Amino acid sequence: MISTVDLMLWLVLPYVTIAVLVGGTVWRFRHDRFGLSTRSSQLHESRVLRVASPLFHFGLLFVVGGHVFGLLVPKSVTRLLGLGQEAYHVLALVMGTVAGLAAVGGLAALIWRRWGTPAVRAATTRNDRLTYLLLVVVLLAGMATTDLTNGVLGEYDYRETVSPWFRGILLLHPDPTLMASVPLTYKVHVLAGMVLFCLWPFSRLIHAFTAPVHYLFRPYVVYRSRGEGLGTREPRRGRYVP
Amino acid sequence: MRVMAQLAMVMNLDKCIGCHTCSVTCKQTWTNREGTEYVWFNNVETRPGQGYPRRYEDQERWRGGWELTRRGRLRLRGGSRLRRLGRLFANPDLPELTDYYEPWTYDYRTLTTAPLGDDSPVARPISAITGAPTSVRSGPNWDDSLGGGPENLAADPVVARLRDELGTAVRFEFEQAFMFYLPRICEHCLNPSCVASCPSGAMYKRVEDGIVLVDQDRCRGWRMCVSGCPYKKVYFNHRTGKAEKCTFCYPRMEVGQPTVCAETCVGRLRYIGVMLYDVDRVTRAASTPDEKDLYPAQLDVFLDPDDPEVAAAAERDGVPHEWVEAARRSPVRDLICTYRLALPLHPEYRTMPMVWYVPPLSPVVDALARTGFDGEDTGNLFGAIESLRIPVEYLAELFTAGDPEPVRASLRRLAAMRSFMRSVNLGEVPDGAAASQVGLTEDQLRAMYRLLALARYEERYVIPTAGVGQAHDLEAVATRCSLDTDGGPGMGGGDSARGGPVELFVWNPHSRPDGLFPGSRPR
Repeated sequence: MISTVDLMLWLVLPYVTIAVLVGGTVWRFRHDRFGLSTRSSQLHESRVLRVASPLFHFGLLFVVGGHVFGLLVPKSVTRLLGLGQEAYHVLALVMGTVAGLAAVGGLAALIWRRWGTPAVRAATTRNDRLTYLLLVVVLLAGMATTDLTNGVLGEYDYRETVSPWFRGILLLHPDPTLMASVPLTYKVHVLAGMVLFCLWPFSRLIHAFTAPVHYLFRPYVVYRSRGEGLGTREPRRGRYVP
Repeated sequence: MRVMAQLAMVMNLDKCIGCHTCSVTCKQTWTNREGTEYVWFNNVETRPGQGYPRRYEDQERWRGGWELTRRGRLRLRGGSRLRRLGRLFANPDLPELTDYYEPWTYDYRTLTTAPLGDDSPVARPISAITGAPTSVRSGPNWDDSLGGGPENLAADPVVARLRDELGTAVRFEFEQAFMFYLPRICEHCLNPSCVASCPSGAMYKRVEDGIVLVDQDRCRGWRMCVSGCPYKKVYFNHRTGKAEKCTFCYPRMEVGQPTVCAETCVGRLRYIGVMLYDVDRVTRAASTPDEKDLYPAQLDVFLDPDDPEVAAAAERDGVPHEWVEAARRSPVRDLICTYRLALPLHPEYRTMPMVWYVPPLSPVVDALARTGFDGEDTGNLFGAIESLRIPVEYLAELFTAGDPEPVRASLRRLAAMRSFMRSVNLGEVPDGAAASQVGLTEDQLRAMYRLLALARYEERYVIPTAGVGQAHDLEAVATRCSLDTDGGPGMGGGDSARGGPVELFVWNPHSRPDGLFPGSRPR
């Protein structure tokens, strides 16, 4: 029998997170187009940023790729592809550690820079601070799952529990019991992750959803008519200040 | 042929006295806000000098504008699309705030609150970015009138290029130096590299008038446009995280008024008018292999509105009749095409800029006068234009990618006009030879003189309004102030949640007028 707490955490909260993430993003795109920005601070400081920001962002992109691979691809598929459990484990451990270290190292340098450069510090909002705190918690917990639970302390096959649970959430036949017994590091990582995703649409992190991939496919010079959208814009948009 | 209309500007540099009225009025109108403290859509720099931001013309460093690939195709100097997308997280070509300057104010409060003492209290400089006390190390116009001396001025990228490539030493010693002022706004290029750099597609060139704008709702702050523009005329608002730039005062243009910088110019040196051009020829012209041919190539892109074929094509392509009419009367077209006086700024960036300059004759006249000769005499002036290397070669580096001949031709016409008009004013018989020597008739010299020296408001600014044909569409925008955008310089509009505009005439002094406190959150 599953406890109410587990039910709330691993059944209700995930759907709340999805609702907030999707709903918040749609709301922000519709009412606060002006507020969508990277809010880059490179103008104030670029020496540290030049190293730290690509390190963090590319590290994070690899981390996301690893999550897609580990969570969405079922075990049976990787076995069919000739990747045994042992090989998978080593691969996940090495790649996860490298990507995680890049992201954590980059984030640490970025936070140090943000703290130490007066101009960048002055441009930091409370929302930003909360975002960084959550990012740190999520990343460190993630590193703990990869290198402690699943490395130093032995091997834990999350593809029997966490991954099926995650896919169940997406496929609308959730099974919270799968998460009830996973190690604490995983629980912390997943929980903090869900909180982070709830904050996502309301923080500067939303710039990730505006990644300009279409740039590769459009003509260089954009022409637009003055008439486009004349008078159609709402006179007053949301003035959301993150 | 596909005809498009472009609002263009010409500045007559001989008349610029470096008073900065244009800069100040522009700043008061557009960038007197948080986040844009360091931004000057219009700035006036002294040449020789490093400019604003410092050494912006050094494209080896900032990689703005276009370059030709080995196969002769245009590519952004900052690299291919994929390469630049890979640099989204840290743009290596982005100037830092210190390359512009750190904006500051003064601690005026101590002047009134300092305790009584023997010394007068001092207002110390305070950084407008951090609010901490700072020391002023540079400003928006740091080398005004050759300020900073020879060491500072030798860092001018144009001076450096003259020295390295032509062996010409520009001298800065007193009585040997030359200088002139160069007011700069956005060039509203025909082939804008900022627009091409924008990953989000937020920047665009307006079809109707060619004004290059940033859609504030689509900009995501990737800041590729800032480094993509070789003139460094796109700025990053560090408060909103959006790019901002000179708008050619489009809200004024749409109702037929000149830009604020032109309107307030004390020397009346700015001209605004319509140019018709063939948009299909732009890319080929910008890909001209030899940099020195870029100026004539751009002239070839322009179309003659008096040509019936062009007029018919313009009608076919939706250019309003009023605009073709305006193009026929365009003072800008006269200066660029008819008299061939105006030249583009740095055509070698291959962006096809549309703010052109009449090069200044005064450095040549001054150099001549210093030698004891009559600086206004045609023969002397012509000789000086041929023999003096320094001002001419410097101007050529600015306006014709280093080819001195178009600069000389322009200066000769100015010289011919001067001496011709002097004879007229002194009641002498004007020397007709001077006119024919520069390929103009006496009537043309008179017309040119009229345009350069006397032209009235309506002659300097020939601006068709947004058009009767679009009156219905415009009604929709006219209900609100065009400046009233988020983070923009508008007055906040009739936002009833914030109290709305305050009618001071009927205001009860005992009540709190919410509209006067825009900082308060909407309830």
